[in-house]
Amino acid sequence: MIESLIQHERAELTQSTLITGPVLLSTRIRLARNLAGHRFPGRASRTELKSIAAKCSSNLAELNAMQGASVFEIGALSELERRVLIERHLVSRELCERPEHSLVIISADQSIAVMVNEEDHLRIQVLRSGLHLRRAWRKMDALDNALEGCLDFAFSPEFGYLTACPTNLGTGLRASAMMHLPALIIAGHMEKVIRGVNQLGLTVRGLFGEGSEAIGHIFQISNQQTLGESEDAILTRLDKVIKTIRDHELNARLQLLEKNPQKLFDQMGRAFGILSQAHVIHSTEAMNLLSLLRLAVDFGALPDDFRSLMDRMFIECQPGHVQYFGGRDYAPEQRDLARATRLREALVDVPPLDFDKCTNIA
Amino acid sequence: MGESLKCSLCGADATVHLTQIVNNKIHKVDLCESCAQKKGVTNADGFSLADLLSKGNFHATAEDSTLKCPDCGFTVADFRRTGRLGCPTCYSTFRKLLLPALEDMHPGLSHCGKIPERSLTSTEMRQQIENLKQSLAAAIESEAYEDAAEIRDQIRQLESESLASLAS
Repeated sequence: MIESLIQHERAELTQSTLITGPVLLSTRIRLARNLAGHRFPGRASRTELKSIAAKCSSNLAELNAMQGASVFEIGALSELERRVLIERHLVSRELCERPEHSLVIISADQSIAVMVNEEDHLRIQVLRSGLHLRRAWRKMDALDNALEGCLDFAFSPEFGYLTACPTNLGTGLRASAMMHLPALIIAGHMEKVIRGVNQLGLTVRGLFGEGSEAIGHIFQISNQQTLGESEDAILTRLDKVIKTIRDHELNARLQLLEKNPQKLFDQMGRAFGILSQAHVIHSTEAMNLLSLLRLAVDFGALPDDFRSLMDRMFIECQPGHVQYFGGRDYAPEQRDLARATRLREALVDVPPLDFDKCTNIA
Repeated sequence: MGESLKCSLCGADATVHLTQIVNNKIHKVDLCESCAQKKGVTNADGFSLADLLSKGNFHATAEDSTLKCPDCGFTVADFRRTGRLGCPTCYSTFRKLLLPALEDMHPGLSHCGKIPERSLTSTEMRQQIENLKQSLAAAIESEAYEDAAEIRDQIRQLESESLASLAS
């Protein structure tokens, strides 16, 4: 059912035509909205959920931005298909846990995904590769305005947009950036960064793991608070913090290169060796090594256009994707075999790392 | 030493320990494996410690605990159990009880973001401007001049919109 999404050649996250740069992987903005006069999904009856789903999906289908979009009813997808969509960040785990009358509508380029009947009636997501908070917000704002023309949202002048959970109240806005921070991890500075960012009312979490042990050195920085601050203020603060973290990361990279280049080259070289030769590999190991190869691209040891290959592999190495591509139900050990094969094939055209070129880090 | 921490939700041995700083206050929560799973601590998208904390801060008196939302029948106990509200009307039903919890979660207690155009009646607009004026005074008080400038711009914009709507 979801083949067209996976094979799609212009997906914003995996096959972006833009060449992404170091550190800043992607930007995501999410809005929570509910219909006035309806109970929130957690409280609504089946009949009510059904009518909400119908109302939202018919109005969404009319929007210009959603022409050519795909609509998936969660209840009609297999476990595996749901998992693949979760790994691609197109749906949440929570949505998959309530399959009744819940659906997701994904725009043709996969940059917009709207979940219906998740925790709120509507969870609208705009995704962009690189760091583009303003641009993503403008797109979201326009989408929200267009929806407002046909749907009556629950809103109070005092509390703003009303959401099922009070943590989303007000703007209903959660903005985040995915960042690749291997040098801060290697240098042991990540704990400090997390503490600092938390104090600013923002959250840092590992995208695929937890806390500072993030698998693949990929972190998500997002705002935590939604009431008492305008969208603009939230985005400005987030943008500032993200750029500060990026500068710290670039600094840490420079220091690694200056202090102990041999060790750094060894780590990157081994990563390449293992990924291109292994026959059994777990997703955690694969992700951590891919992270080092992305770093090698950033340092100039590999040509720039290989960065997007690493980004695609980050997604395609995850358990659901490996299984999906294999077309059958693997036991975990078989999955590790299939993953290794896929990686070997994907890296076949990658040239040997050229460490003489490792001078340029931004 | 040696005494193991208990899960804040169910009392089993805690294996997951979380610390988060919200509005400069340190909040700590210990959870067992299964509550951590249930609360989505392992799910990068859905988790917020404020979520767990909100229930702790939701102090209801005996009188309050009989409150029931006229639209959806939600009670204080339902909110405690789920951490979610039942419908938009719940916000006015439980307003008084929610305020302290909101204060812990967010930098302010009134909305100063986007407003859906069609829901703006002139009274609401006036209310919104009034709220903003209060935030402005607070910002100046605490010498947060950048915030103050931003709020001032919002007030100006709202006032001009309000004039425009009167004119039309």
